[in-house]
Amino acid sequence: MSKQYDVIIIGAGHNGLVCATYLAKTGRSVLMVEANKQVGGAAITREFSPGYSVSACAHLLHLFHPQIVSDLSLTNHGLKLAATDLHTIALAADGDHLTLTRNSVNGNGLSASDRTAYSEFQNKLRRFARIMQKTFMVRPPRLVHKNMTDLMNLAKLGLSVRMLGRDDMRELLRIGAINIFDVLQEDFQSELLKGVMGFDAVLGSNLGPRSPNTILTYLYRLTGQLHSNGSAISVPSGGMGAVTSSLRAAAEAAGVEIRTDMPVKQVLLDVDTVTGIETNSGEQINSAIVVSNADPKTTFLKLVGARNIETGFVRRIDNIRMQGKAAKLHLALDGKPKFKGVDENQLGHRIVIAPSLTYVERAFDHSKYGEYSNHPAMEISIPTIHDDSLAPTGKHVLSAIIQYAPYDLRAGWESQRESFKQLIVDKLAEYAPGIKDQISASELMVPPDIEKEFNIHGGHWHHGEYTLDQFMMLRPVPGAAQYATPVNGLYLCGAGSHPGGGVMGLAGRNASIEILLREKVA
Amino acid sequence: MTVREADKRVLQTPFHSRTSALCETNLWSPWKAYTVVDCYSVLTNEYFAIRNATAVFDLTPMTKYRITGKDGLAYLDKLMTRKMGKLSPGRVMYSVWCNDLGHVLDDGTVFHLKENHWRLCSQERHLDWLLATAMGFDVDIDDETDDVTGLAVQGPTSCQTLKTMNLQGVENLKPFQLKYFPFDGTELMVSRTGFTGDLGYELWIAPAHAETLWDALFAAGKPYGILPIGTHALDIVRIEAGFIQAGVDFVPALEVVRAGRGRSPFELGLDWLVQFDKPVFNGRKALLEEKEKGSRYRFVRLDVEGNKPANESFIYNGKKEIVGHVTSATWSPSAKMNIALASLDMPWGRTDDEIYTEVYYNRELQWNRLMARCRVVGGAFFDPPRRRKTPPLNY
Ligand SMILES: Cc1cc2nc3c(=O)[nH]c(=O)nc-3n(C[C@H](O)[C@H](O)[C@H](O)COP(=O)(O)OP(=O)(O)OC[C@H]3O[C@@H](n4cnc5c(N)ncnc54)[C@H](O)[C@@H]3O)c2cc1C
Repeated sequence: MSKQYDVIIIGAGHNGLVCATYLAKTGRSVLMVEANKQVGGAAITREFSPGYSVSACAHLLHLFHPQIVSDLSLTNHGLKLAATDLHTIALAADGDHLTLTRNSVNGNGLSASDRTAYSEFQNKLRRFARIMQKTFMVRPPRLVHKNMTDLMNLAKLGLSVRMLGRDDMRELLRIGAINIFDVLQEDFQSELLKGVMGFDAVLGSNLGPRSPNTILTYLYRLTGQLHSNGSAISVPSGGMGAVTSSLRAAAEAAGVEIRTDMPVKQVLLDVDTVTGIETNSGEQINSAIVVSNADPKTTFLKLVGARNIETGFVRRIDNIRMQGKAAKLHLALDGKPKFKGVDENQLGHRIVIAPSLTYVERAFDHSKYGEYSNHPAMEISIPTIHDDSLAPTGKHVLSAIIQYAPYDLRAGWESQRESFKQLIVDKLAEYAPGIKDQISASELMVPPDIEKEFNIHGGHWHHGEYTLDQFMMLRPVPGAAQYATPVNGLYLCGAGSHPGGGVMGLAGRNASIEILLREKVA
Repeated sequence: MTVREADKRVLQTPFHSRTSALCETNLWSPWKAYTVVDCYSVLTNEYFAIRNATAVFDLTPMTKYRITGKDGLAYLDKLMTRKMGKLSPGRVMYSVWCNDLGHVLDDGTVFHLKENHWRLCSQERHLDWLLATAMGFDVDIDDETDDVTGLAVQGPTSCQTLKTMNLQGVENLKPFQLKYFPFDGTELMVSRTGFTGDLGYELWIAPAHAETLWDALFAAGKPYGILPIGTHALDIVRIEAGFIQAGVDFVPALEVVRAGRGRSPFELGLDWLVQFDKPVFNGRKALLEEKEKGSRYRFVRLDVEGNKPANESFIYNGKKEIVGHVTSATWSPSAKMNIALASLDMPWGRTDDEIYTEVYYNRELQWNRLMARCRVVGGAFFDPPRRRKTPPLNY
């Protein structure tokens, strides 16, 4: 047996790093054990072709919480943004794209009523998102235990809904649990505008615009616009890995010990109480508190083991829906790609292919039946426009999130990965006709690849679908929604916990607060 | 008009040709998917066959699961509240199993048939729960209810009957032991188990051999007063033995609709079945907490004053406050006692508590109400030494 730690954290994703640093700042000895060679989880920068690097999974920063940046002095630890306040460019086949910002939308042929409707709609939904966001900073209340803090938090939530006023409250209750497709039909005319807004609601999910819960996911996305600095969408300098490098520096400055390339095999237990961990190499390390940044299925079914948990809870974990449907495409380009109608200074913004709601819904339809989309929707970022550290001078990198690529493709990914990649490139070429000739290297990661590289069950963006039945006090499941779990001394701190996924950091922060509250460590 | 085979909603047990021929009353009841006899002819005779001779009960509808695989014991240890590690091949154990709330899903018996092969017998159906519990274990679970038929052969002369049937060495079976005997070109499994609290055995065989078994048994039992019995007689003896029944003395937790109506093993007087010194088992956390904080209910066996069965009665304390209710009650011919099983609110049901049950009875259309004093009884109401004696005496 080696050194004893106050806390061991399994996984050094951004949430794990955040949690570790907050804990270490209170003087606790913290060890992080990460399976991969690099810290950061799904928020890393890595080379995909000699000389070309890219944000390997998450690529746009839009939810990262400013309080974490300031609490952990991340700027001092090297965090720099290469570009902020990116617009969204909704591509059109004829080059007549739309440009969306927080409050406005512009584009040829867009009706005046659509323009007004857009800013009104955004304002209204931001008012709703604000309520959601308030709950993000505290643990979700449990309803059955009559705990004072929980009752207060619940009362605050109720009050903020009430404070919306009669009309807004009614509207929130009307649309809160339905789908974005129907809601957008009410207010907008432009198919392209509706398409891109619908796409924002389903990005990273296993939902189509017509699926229930897509207002919820849209609100989730909007919470990022409410941060004090208001920077809705940004690109970190050095890619997403720069965020987690700064987190690593902050963690180490606070005294966190980080060991990489060290997969954890199991959580060690004395019946139902944590005693430490065992790594794949057989090393056992003791600690009375183990925090898992791994997703809930990995944590309970693999690391703790279903045998060591009571059946009702096992069944809830097993039933978590977390099948990834987003793929990631990386292209090394010999020059700047040219998208029809998009001028050079727009190229660095967020580019979306989602020409209509029906287009996105049809793309989803395929995936429901185990096929990849014939006409996929996508979010494109060309980070090299802002950041020349990622590619050789004059060369570029294109990073795209592709929907939908089902985790368990009926035909099997081994034989289909290449044809899907071709199809995506063909789709890109419809909008950027010369792009094929610029490609010098490419990489497509489908959900099983993401699962394998990042150790996320199902390769799911949020470590668990973001829907009302897996939301707040139901996230990831009842009995583990307050970061503590039925296993004494075991906590969760990853995207599978409240408030959810994306590079945000609040799950890690909230978990640290809960651990400090519950565990009186020396 | 006849019911097409494919449309049948009620199954007949493989003994039906025999049971129906003997059922003079034509009193039948559904038991799970099957129809079974409540009373063949005269209830008193059937009752006394159990206590004085050999009684035969068709228990085919009993739910049976086959559990196989190398993790079987570890699996059962997680499923059950009781430590199952001690269950060696050839042994049977009684236990309850709980959900995460520590509420009883059912009670039943586990037979360790052969190496890595077990059978779980229960009142309710549990496949879904059993499969969910199997996650992480190398075990296979199958419902074998329809593949195995059973007869309970109970009573003081039951052993003699089986010996006469040429089951050699059956007298050496100890309580909760099982053994295979060659019979009709197949294997007949006999376990010294039962629901009567008396000397008795259960016989298990494939359905194809059911009628042969029945005939051989009744031929052998003739000199020993063998009689088929129905569910009514069985109900009296199981109350005498103090055995609880799912759906009667507690609501199986998976059927509970209103929160809190389930019962923990502690609340059913089954503390002895809960053993914490083993790996995680279902209900562990909740039961530990209950042990610390106390239970909500106490389950008791009552000796009720008078001779009017206190079925479905409230129970009162000395101040006439309702403190519980009777779950099962009967006049016990063997104990010569008016007996009842009851669920009381804590802390009631201590040995010295003054409690009453409210009994209503009808005399020629005149209803009378009686407050009958109750005395809490320690063990079974009727517990003859022959239940345990091995080899059993000849009667
Ligand atoms: C294709 C895709 C694109 C995305 N794009 C964006 C985006 O543009 N913007 C955005 O904000 N979000 C995006 N996301 C979501 C975001 O990446 C994740 O929600 C977020 O990174 C999760 O962070 P985390 O710290 O909770 O978990 P993770 O980043 O998954 O970290 C968990 C860590 O635990 C480690 N681990 C797991 N098991 C073990 C073990 N047994 N032993 C040791 N270590 C272990 C893993 O290796 C990993 O490092 C995207 C996700 C996907 C899949």
